[in-house]
This record gives sequence, structure tokens and C-alpha cells, in this order.
Amino acid sequence: MAVRVQRENFDLGDEVAALRAGRTDIGAVVSFTGLVRDMGGRLTGFELEHYPAMTEKALAAIEAEARVRWPLQASLIVHRVGPLAPGDQIMMVATASAHRQAAFEAAEFLMDYLKSRAPFWKKETTVTGAAWVDARESDEAALERWTSRQS
Amino acid sequence: MTLNVLYFAWVRERVGLPGEKVETEAATVADLVRELAAREARYAAAFVDMTAVRVAVDQELAGLDAPLAGVREVAFFPPMTGG
Repeated sequence: MAVRVQRENFDLGDEVAALRAGRTDIGAVVSFTGLVRDMGGRLTGFELEHYPAMTEKALAAIEAEARVRWPLQASLIVHRVGPLAPGDQIMMVATASAHRQAAFEAAEFLMDYLKSRAPFWKKETTVTGAAWVDARESDEAALERWTSRQS
Repeated sequence: MTLNVLYFAWVRERVGLPGEKVETEAATVADLVRELAAREARYAAAFVDMTAVRVAVDQELAGLDAPLAGVREVAFFPPMTGG
């Protein structure tokens, strides 16, 4: 039940430890960490821009939707902004539930929605210059499995 | 009415501003886009293909047909690429 946008790095172990601190009802924690990859040495870094007034609101809405769909005991989204270099951590999600299936599915759901519904934009710098990253059709398609499941 | 209009990513770069106050009587987002595009070439360049632009009205994703009555902030940006 927490959402954070920050320039600083994060420690996955610390975040997960805080998520489950003092609880004995959690049976499964799933976490995902997104990293900057160098794309075969071409990418030298990127800048992550966001829409501050909207970002946390959008992430909180996505998280609230996950909690309607799965019996989550805790969840966390951390997303970094600003300049990042290959190998840097970009973001993480963690979900906690009594059983693994809900935790796995909810983590995937959070990632799929975050990628195309939260106001972040990446501008890549490569050896040939800087360019805004295009959204992928596959990211939009990834949402369909969650909407078709509702009906 | 006075709207706070914001631009992000390449929309911001094309318009040349992160945001501005816009005095308008536009009834919908589409009307506002037409007004802005008619101003100057840099706005027209930003809004040349609205299928490539996403809109948020008061920090919520919205369509081009979204009404602007009572709205305070409209943001224009490309499809999002977080994660």
C-alpha cells in the first residue's frame, strides 16, 4: 500500500524487509526490479521524466485496482526519476499475499499497468545521440489480458 | 477560463515550454488543441498527429472529447514509457 517516486537508489532487501516487518500472516512475497540495460553497449544512459502532480496518483490508482483483484496483504511500488546509467535500478514492485499465485499475478499486473498508464517517459542517450523511447505495442497488448479477464 | 497547460517529453520539446497559462473558452480538449495548433508552427508541430499524443485532464487520463468546464489543468504528452 505504498507508492514512492524518488531520484535516489533503493535497496530491494530493505524494501521487502520493511514490507513484511512485524507480520506473520504473509506467505509469499514477489518482487520485480527493472534495470537499465546497455543494449549491446549502444546505450550510455537515460533520463526519466515524469508528471509529478499525476505520478503518485496514477500509481496509487493502479495499486488500488490490484488490491481489488487479489487478496494482497501489502504492496509497494518504487520508481526512480532523473538520470540513470546502464546497470542502475529503475524501479521495483513488491507484492505480499498468503499464497504465491496472488502475489505473482498482482506483481505482473502492477508492472503491465505501470508501463503504459503511469506518466513516465524515458529519453535514451546512445552513441549516436538522444531520443525519446517509443511505447511498444506489446505493452498496450499486455493490458488486454487483464481487461478480458474481467468480463 | 484560465487553464494550466502542461507539456511533457517530446511534446514539451516541440512546444518549447514545460507549461503555460492559457486563456480559453474551449469546450473540449479537442477544441483546445485546435486553438493551440493555430497559434504558431511549434504548437502545430507538437499536435500534428494526435494519435501519438496522450492527454490528462486534472491529472487523470482523458480523451480528446473530454469537456473542460471546471477543469484547472490539462497535460499533453506521448504514450508513457515507464517501468
